[in-house]
Amino acid sequence: MNTLGLAWRYLWSRPLSSALNVLLLALGLASITFLLLVAKQVERAFQRDLAGIDVVVGAKGSPMQLILSGILHLDVPPGNVPLSAVNALKTNPLVAEVIPISLGDNYQAYRIVGTTLAYPRLYGATLAQGRLWEAPMQVVLGATVARTLGLGPGQHFVGSHGLAAGGHAHGDSAYTVVGVLAPVGGVLDRLILTDTASVWKVHEDYTAEDAQDRAAMEEEREVTMALVRYRSPLAAMSFPRWVNTSTEMQAAAPALEVTRLLHMLGLGTDVLRAFAGLLLLTAGLSVFIALWSAVRERRGDLALLRMLGAPPARIAFLLLAEALWLGVLASAAGLLLGQIFMAALVFFLGLDSALLTGGLHWPSELAVVPALALAVSLTAALLPAWGAYRSDVLQLLQTK
Amino acid sequence: MIKTTGLEFAYPGTAAIRFPDVDIAQGAVLLLRGPSGSGKSTWLALVAALVRPGAGSLEVAGQNLVALNRVQADAWRARTLGFLPQKLHMSAALTVAQNLGMAFWAAGAAQDRRRIDAALAAVGVTELADRLPAQLSGGQAQRVALARAVLMQPLVIAADEPTASLDDDAAREALHLLQSSAQRRGATLVIATHDARVGDFFAGPSAAATGHVQTLRLPRLQGPEVAV
Repeated sequence: MNTLGLAWRYLWSRPLSSALNVLLLALGLASITFLLLVAKQVERAFQRDLAGIDVVVGAKGSPMQLILSGILHLDVPPGNVPLSAVNALKTNPLVAEVIPISLGDNYQAYRIVGTTLAYPRLYGATLAQGRLWEAPMQVVLGATVARTLGLGPGQHFVGSHGLAAGGHAHGDSAYTVVGVLAPVGGVLDRLILTDTASVWKVHEDYTAEDAQDRAAMEEEREVTMALVRYRSPLAAMSFPRWVNTSTEMQAAAPALEVTRLLHMLGLGTDVLRAFAGLLLLTAGLSVFIALWSAVRERRGDLALLRMLGAPPARIAFLLLAEALWLGVLASAAGLLLGQIFMAALVFFLGLDSALLTGGLHWPSELAVVPALALAVSLTAALLPAWGAYRSDVLQLLQTK
Repeated sequence: MIKTTGLEFAYPGTAAIRFPDVDIAQGAVLLLRGPSGSGKSTWLALVAALVRPGAGSLEVAGQNLVALNRVQADAWRARTLGFLPQKLHMSAALTVAQNLGMAFWAAGAAQDRRRIDAALAAVGVTELADRLPAQLSGGQAQRVALARAVLMQPLVIAADEPTASLDDDAAREALHLLQSSAQRRGATLVIATHDARVGDFFAGPSAAATGHVQTLRLPRLQGPEVAV
């Protein structure tokens, strides 16, 4: 029997105490695992959905709202902007590409996004079925939408007004599904894409009272916002300022807003992190108490081992090996529990179609979990190990 | 085999204990007698190289113990001394065989199950190998502890009050086992005791086979109890 084997047996000679210690440690570690996973996934989701968009131009209001509504599709947009103003952006020499985004309708809570073919191209989307749209009222579904709604090419549906389910149905204007995108693991998966003109058509069909009215509406066509890519990074210096001062629109830089958002989320996770730290500290104390009392209980055993010739260092290592086992077991349990928490959060909050992808991810940041486990358990074992190191052999020899 | 001259030991803040000189041969029996607190434990600790004498010379099995550092002393003890404590100290978490295996672990040696079985067989408890200490009777436990003491084939077997809390028959049996275990290996046997039955046993006919028996009488110390 080697030291690790011996430590293992000693550990499970007190099964309840050891199991409780593993559980306590594991809860703290699970909280940390969970926080790391959420932070990583949110960050990754943002990075992925930004996809090289340099600036978003839309109605004046909160720049954060513009980004959340236009890129991440989480919020409602601040308003619409005239199509002519967006078209004017294309003539700006600093601009490489302008992708219009028109929001306003949904189908079963999935947003119908009027745009151009440049939008799916931006995310490198490929088709799983059918083809891309070639005319208004044809739609291409994101992978999650197709899967959840059970729709495929050739089927029809009628959108509802608004961005959440339950709005007025546009009964006269049915969309036709012409294609389904392969999963891209991002925002595109939960969108229904169509031509910008579809959105106009639906609303003009719905609102226009006569041909003259329709003609007036066509004059005043709007989009919700435009995603803009620069020709050169230098444009970041002047383009947003130009938009903000010289037009009735605002320019919001996604990188900036997402950094602000992550910072705000960070304040929330700091509280959770402190809580996890407290849990770990409690667990460390509990491990300390367990090992300390183990050394006291086993004073005689340890003294006998010294009598049998075991050097003090080997006896101290026996205690550290017990702590090592606690750390290893708690790491495994903590990582597993953290992943379960994450999966539960994603499942119960239905976030799998939004920011978080759920499922098992093992980002390299998780290496901090076993490191913490071992640090806590071994630190807790230092004093008991020192006690074991100094175990008094003379006590064993007492003949009174 | 065990040779001491002018041996002294002092616990911090107390007067030094002076031990009578001892010179016994390999295979002999030494009875360490004296009342509680007379320094029997301390003498055993000295001979086991657990503590260093304050003065005097101390040679066990040809080794000058005063010259050993702590690491060397531990290694020396592991291969030279077998110890049977008064309280048997078997780990409740381990089976009998595994408890014996602790001796290999302590000595940093590879586990040898055949030697464990042989040691258990020598004290007549082969069938107990896979039991837990809690399942043993007092007599069985003492046999197991003796098997553990002789597992590493020591040159010296030291027993601390082996007959305390045993009735006469059990005490005789325990002493007989100790004696035969030592004799089989030609080991020197040191027994610390204040039990008169031990002296009677080694003076009586049942011990006729034993070689030289020497008694080291330690007087009662002055002042408070010092041995721990």
